[in-house]
This record gives sequence, C-alpha cells and structure tokens, in this order.
Amino acid sequence: MTGNIFSEILNYLQNNWSTLLLLTVEHIGMVICGLLLALIVGIPFGILAARSEKAGSVILALANVIQVFPSLALLALLMVFFGIGFTSVVIGLFLYSLLPIIRNTYVGLKEVDKSITEAGKGVGMTAFQLLVKVQIPLALSFILSGIRIAAIIAIGVATLAPFIGGEGLGKEIYSGINLRDPVKIYVSAVLAALIAILADFLLGKAQKRARVD
Amino acid sequence: MIKLENVQKKYQDGYVALKEVNLECNSGEITVFIGPSGCGKTTTMKLINRLIQPSAGKVYVNGKDVSHIDPVELRRGIGYVIQSVGLFPHMNIANNIAVVPRLLNWEEERIAKRVDELLSVVGLDPETYRSRYPSELSGGQQQRVGVARALAAEPSVILMDEPFSALDPISREQLQDELIRLQKDIKKTIIFVTHDMDEALKIADKIVLMKDGAVVQQGTPEEILRHPANDFVKEFIGAKRLKQVQEIPTAEEVMIRKAVTAYPTRGLAASIKIMESRKVDSLIVVNENDKLLGYITIYDVLNQFKDENKRVGDIVKPFTHTVMPNTLLTQVIDIVDEYKLAYVPVVSENNTLLGLVTRGSLVGHMSDIYPSNGIGV
Repeated sequence: MTGNIFSEILNYLQNNWSTLLLLTVEHIGMVICGLLLALIVGIPFGILAARSEKAGSVILALANVIQVFPSLALLALLMVFFGIGFTSVVIGLFLYSLLPIIRNTYVGLKEVDKSITEAGKGVGMTAFQLLVKVQIPLALSFILSGIRIAAIIAIGVATLAPFIGGEGLGKEIYSGINLRDPVKIYVSAVLAALIAILADFLLGKAQKRARVD
Repeated sequence: MIKLENVQKKYQDGYVALKEVNLECNSGEITVFIGPSGCGKTTTMKLINRLIQPSAGKVYVNGKDVSHIDPVELRRGIGYVIQSVGLFPHMNIANNIAVVPRLLNWEEERIAKRVDELLSVVGLDPETYRSRYPSELSGGQQQRVGVARALAAEPSVILMDEPFSALDPISREQLQDELIRLQKDIKKTIIFVTHDMDEALKIADKIVLMKDGAVVQQGTPEEILRHPANDFVKEFIGAKRLKQVQEIPTAEEVMIRKAVTAYPTRGLAASIKIMESRKVDSLIVVNENDKLLGYITIYDVLNQFKDENKRVGDIVKPFTHTVMPNTLLTQVIDIVDEYKLAYVPVVSENNTLLGLVTRGSLVGHMSDIYPSNGIGV
C-alpha cells in the first residue's frame, strides 16, 4: 500500500510537474509581492514607532489588530473591496506580513545600545546618517527575523488564495480536497511546506550573517 | 578656549541640573570636571558639544557662541570619548576610527594613512588591529580605539566622559599615563569628566569641582589640595590626600626665627664680637625695618679688617637664593642641596627677613618627625 502511494506520487509528479512548477512560482510570486509591499510600508513605520513613543503605540496596536483577524475572513473582506484575484491576495499577504516587520524593526532599533547611538550623535552624525550607518545595520538581524516570520506566515496564508480567486499551490490542495485525491493533497501540501522550510532556512542564514556581537 | 557664562539647565519636570555655572577651560590644557554622581559634571560637558541645550546662559568654544553653530558641524570638530567606549560593533577598527573623516568627506587615501598613524599613536599595531572588530579587543584596547576615533579629524577640543572608569586598574593607569604623554605632543583642549580624585590629580592642569549643579571650586590640583574651599571639598579630596600634602612642612615650620643679624652701619670689629658671642661664622645683614640686604662672613670681615673706615654695609654680599615661608621643605632641601648652601633665608613678599633654614634646623626638624626612641647614643 505504501509502496503504491509512492509510485502514485512519482507518477503524479511526472505527469503534472509543469503545472506544479507554475503553481509554485505563482505561490512564491504572491508571497514576494506581499512581502515587498510590507517591507516598503513596514520598515518606515517601524522606524517611526521607534522614534516616537506615541506614534509607536498607535502603529503597533493597529498592526496587532490586523494580525488577529482570521486569515480567511480578512481575505474574504478584501475580496469585497478589491474583487477576486491576485490583487486581493497580495494585499492580504501584505497586511499579514506587516506586524512582524514593523514590530521587529521597532524592537531592533530600540535594542541598539544607547551608548552607541550617543557616540554616533557625539561624533557629528545627522539623524539620517545615524539611522543608515549605525541603527539599521545593527537592527538588521532583528529586521531579517521579522521578514523570516512574515515570509512563513505569508506562505501559509497564500494557500488560501484560491478561495478568493487567487493562484498558487492552494489551488491544487483545494482541488485535491474536492476530488478526494490524497496524492494531489500530499504533493501540493508537501511542496507548500517545503517552500516555507526553505524560506525559513535561507532567511535564518541571512539573519545569522547580519548579527553583530 | 572654552567658556561657560551663567549657564543654567532646568528640565521640564522642574529638576535643576545646573544652577549657575561659570567656568573657563584654557586651550591646550586638560580641565577635569569632578564631583559626586548627579553633580552635573557630565551635563556641563555635554553643553559644549550641544548634546544638551542650556536653559539659560552662553557656551563659547574658541570664542564662538555654540548656539549659533549647527550642532552636527560643531560635533565633527570636537572629539568625543565616552565611558562605555561606544565603538560601532558592525564596523572594523579602521572604519570606526574613520567615521568622522568620512563624515567630513576626506579622501580614502588620506583616511587610511590617518588611521594607521592614529593606531600607532594609541599603541596598537595597525597591521594587527586595522581589520579586527571591536568585540575582538579587550576593554583597554577598545578605549584606545575610542581615543583614536576622537583624535581622527584633528579636533582642537576633545571631550572625555569618564573614559577610563570602566577599565581594570592596570589598563586605567596605562591609559592615564599615555594620555599625559600624548597631550604633551598634541596640546589639545581636553575636558575630562571623572569621579576619581586620584585620576583628576594625576592628569589635570585644572580641576573644576562640582556639587549639586554648581561649581564649588576651580583651580590647579595644587591650589585645591592646599586651599580646599570648604568642608565638602576637603571631604571629597579625602583626609589621606590632604594629609599627604600637609605632612610636608613649609620653610616657616622648619626655620629658626632668631637669626643673628647686623645693621649695615655696624663696624667690622663690632661684627666680630657678635659672631664670637653667638658662635656663628656669618651675619645676616638687614636694615632697621628688617629688610634683607645680604650677609657677611668672618673671612670677609678679616680680609677687610685693617681698613677702619669700612662698615658692614660696605662688604655685604647679596643672597642668590631665598625662600618664602610657604615654600615646601622638599623644595628648600632641593635648593640647599643644589647650590651647596649652608643656610637659606626665609623672607616675606616684601623682603622682610623672617628666619633661616639652616642645616642644623633641618636636622632638628627631622629628629622631631623621626624620634630615635632611645636607640643609639
């Protein structure tokens, strides 16, 4: 029976590899788009939050609210506003990635040793130079850890994309459920998991490299 | 030169950090701000590079009111060394030292040269340390780099905020010694904040003692040790250090007060009589107001004795060396020893003879300090 399943899986892979490849690429594409948007918006918000206590509490609270929204519910709501398809999915992924990135940017900047910031100021760096030359490089490991968490969440949430007309590996999982085809489910689920594991591994490496003792 | 005029610092919560500070730090000197924690010494220092803005009063650096200088520009022209070193951990040593020159857009070639030069100046081998990271260095080495970074762009003023406090005693001593040595060559205007009186006495040209946001006393280490302004200063200096200074007696304490004197109008025969009766071989010559004129010796008198018209005033020789009553005994001994003097007169500021420090009085004083306890004869 087990041997049977393996050969079925191999068989399935042989016949559908191009579809699976396409779905994988689409899956990763959606995640990357969502993440990039989250970086563009999240890092500045994280910096803002670290600079002003007041802004910080508001920004973090808002990002928290978004995060606690059930993912399927959020996607459904987005579909109402932005229609079905790619855009709604990417916006959903963007919103989900926002909190880890904002929070880790905020924490990373807050963690920078006060004496180092003072030294930077004391030698005559402008606020911007201090940020770019000292604070962000030192917070980078935290920021990358945020991206890592965000990427894993986004890869997971992206499997729900087919519910609002998106593409990606979720489509294959969904069709596997409908057809009661375990092979289809195994293959696509394992692929989605592999992407997550790979992203975790690669970003983990990057994070390690960015760490400064 | 750095000058603070009526500077006050009051925080929004009503806390008064500085009451009214007036002080001057001379160019090319090390001025040490010292006091117990919370006395405002660091606050005062940070006013100079505008890390803190005064609530009232003016701060001048090299004659310019700093409130009219862009803080970023100002800080690039002032070296800054802090207690926690504050090296940038993600940059190697060379890049850490190069921070300010880069901000000032120096050419890379010039920067590389300067980095190597500075590493040698602070006693680190450029070849070995250039590309290391701060975490690979010991605390003492890190602070050497901290000093090099402060010197990098050749600022005329350097602020040092308890730079050696966090170091082990041996490194601290070494760095203090090297700072003194370095300062001889570079002659920077250095503001040095510390709470360690030994450190202050060792390196300071001038000490500014602060308490509760006000300057209690300022002066050279010598002045502060000798004339502590009040009990707080005394307490802060510590009884032990005060005793060390006060244990060295002054000329006044050692001198004999009854010097054998003669007026210039006295005849030579009379002067011999005085010498005979007082068993001395020379006389100190003073006028009727006790002003010191010089001395005569028995040999001079005998040489001129045949001439009956000669008086003491005609053969008097002036003293080449005199001391003041507050001259330290150590200095008196130095003079006596260096010029092979039998005695040295102690005179007041208006040249009035007060007494004599003779070899006999020196020995007498020594025997008072070091009693024989019956040992010997």
